[in-house]
Amino acid sequence: MTVGEKAPEAAAPAPSAAPVGRSTGRGKAETRAAWLFLAPDLLGLLTFLGLPMVLSVALAFMRVDGFGTYEFVGLENFRRMLGDPQFYDSLRLTLVYLVLVVPLTFGASLGLAVLIQRRMPFVGVFRSAFFLPYSVSVVVVGLVWEFMLSDDVGVVGIALRAVGVRPPSWLGDPDFALFTVVGLCVWFWMGYYMIIFLAGLQDIPRDYYEAARLDGAGAWAVFRHITWPLLAPTSFFVLLTLTVAAVTGGFELILVLTNGGPSNGTSVLVFYIYQQAFTFGEFGYASALSAFLVLILLAWSMMLFALTRGGRFSHGRS
Amino acid sequence: MAAVDTRPAAARPTRPARRRSAGAGGRGLKGFYVALATVLAVVTVFPLLWMITSSFKGPDEVVNGRLTIEDPTFDNYVYVFTQVPFLRYLANSLFVSVVVTVVALFFHSMAAYALARLRFRGRETVFVLVFSTLLITIPAIIIPLFLIVRELGMLNSYAGLIVPAVFNAFGIFLLRQFYLSVPDELEEAARIDGAGYWRVYWSVILPLSRPIFSALAVFFFLANWNSFVWPMIITSDQALTVVQLGISGFQDQYGADWNYVIAASTVAALPTMLVFFVFQRQIVDSIKTTGLK
Repeated sequence: MTVGEKAPEAAAPAPSAAPVGRSTGRGKAETRAAWLFLAPDLLGLLTFLGLPMVLSVALAFMRVDGFGTYEFVGLENFRRMLGDPQFYDSLRLTLVYLVLVVPLTFGASLGLAVLIQRRMPFVGVFRSAFFLPYSVSVVVVGLVWEFMLSDDVGVVGIALRAVGVRPPSWLGDPDFALFTVVGLCVWFWMGYYMIIFLAGLQDIPRDYYEAARLDGAGAWAVFRHITWPLLAPTSFFVLLTLTVAAVTGGFELILVLTNGGPSNGTSVLVFYIYQQAFTFGEFGYASALSAFLVLILLAWSMMLFALTRGGRFSHGRS
Repeated sequence: MAAVDTRPAAARPTRPARRRSAGAGGRGLKGFYVALATVLAVVTVFPLLWMITSSFKGPDEVVNGRLTIEDPTFDNYVYVFTQVPFLRYLANSLFVSVVVTVVALFFHSMAAYALARLRFRGRETVFVLVFSTLLITIPAIIIPLFLIVRELGMLNSYAGLIVPAVFNAFGIFLLRQFYLSVPDELEEAARIDGAGYWRVYWSVILPLSRPIFSALAVFFFLANWNSFVWPMIITSDQALTVVQLGISGFQDQYGADWNYVIAASTVAALPTMLVFFVFQRQIVDSIKTTGLK
């Protein structure tokens, strides 16, 4: 990868793994060498990714206790899930959370990317500033915001009261805490997805913009007719990864900020799974819940693929 | 949209033409965009600035909500390092992050070399399998992963913190793409000199990998330094506490003493912010590559 000015060149599509032209006499030695080179990573990936994937399905049909005994219980975990009101609550919270976080982060990051793609002074400074939150950990983000949003001494509340606005209890109100989490997630992630959008924007030929400007197209028309359609593959990618990342990352932030509270107001599904597994030791039940979550995410990915014809959207037809 | 891309390249406006079309209104618009970007940048950066300034304030001043520091003090930092084994936390994080990064780069480049440059039966299958693990997300497997690590006796150990964190397909994928673009001649020259596969890998491929290694290293280091949930699940021993766990535990203990909590957070965040400023270009490049290709 180059460290030069034009990053995308480094990411230029490499040729597919076509067989490198070479004499065939070495076949056997080459095969042996290849497997030896692959061995450490393959073993690791199998043990720490492949096996867990298989086990995660199996565990959903089991009861596991703290001493490591595994007992097959059929569909019991799923039956329990259907009769568990907190499961439905966490599902509802997850939906509310996702319906807000995904479009907001998507819009904010795309907006930032389009904004700083313009020729203007200090572009580098702006890009660094928007991207900076990405460098700090979810724990730091959680602690700093908890400090800033605390009811009596938080700077946000102090500032709002100074201008005569009565702030809500950002993290203390069960009906409001989830929205606070949503806002923080957008703040935390928009810089990262901005970078991805910027990469997509750089792939759009400059000529298109110049030509549109010659035709007298306004900023909105340019966005609507050039940027948006040509950015479709990037948008698809962002939508897909953002959803998965939001499910995971939101959980981590919730763990630090509210621990699922107040009154389970932020107990989204992944948090509930975590709680069942690592607080109550209900590994089997938690596995059933997470199997359900994986199914939903899979369905969402497939729906996105179907709707966008694999990320090509409509302009790919011509 | 179809109309614009059929235009001949000659129709591209020259610089003066564009400047004329922008005019005075364009300059006003530009000012607006700069102002907008400035406001947004301040909003984005403010929490981290607030963290750093608050860490130098005393217990009364830290909650007054003012931007200025009346009476700067290092007491909070002294307190953090003397009341809890914070140096130990930092050392643990550094150790785990560095070992994971080095081992991961080594293993991934070996695997990527085989997938990109060696011919053997089953190569495409292996690649597809490796690639498909990119779709596995951690929450989906964290429970069985925990149980496996427990069965392997790696709970409460550095091995438990390090080993599972090494393996991910991102690195393999990225390095493979990079090795595919290495010219054959370099390898051939070494081969003619009688070098075996390992020699070729070690003395031709590895030295060529330096730029992509530096980009990936930054990425791996940040991810591991900032990792929180996995260490929390598998360690309970104080001696193994990593810095992220340390600061969250610190808050449980000193909840309302924000000056201490914020100083601890600042210590945990400074290395990553430093890495960010120094290696921003590499981070951006590797995000763009992992993100899109």
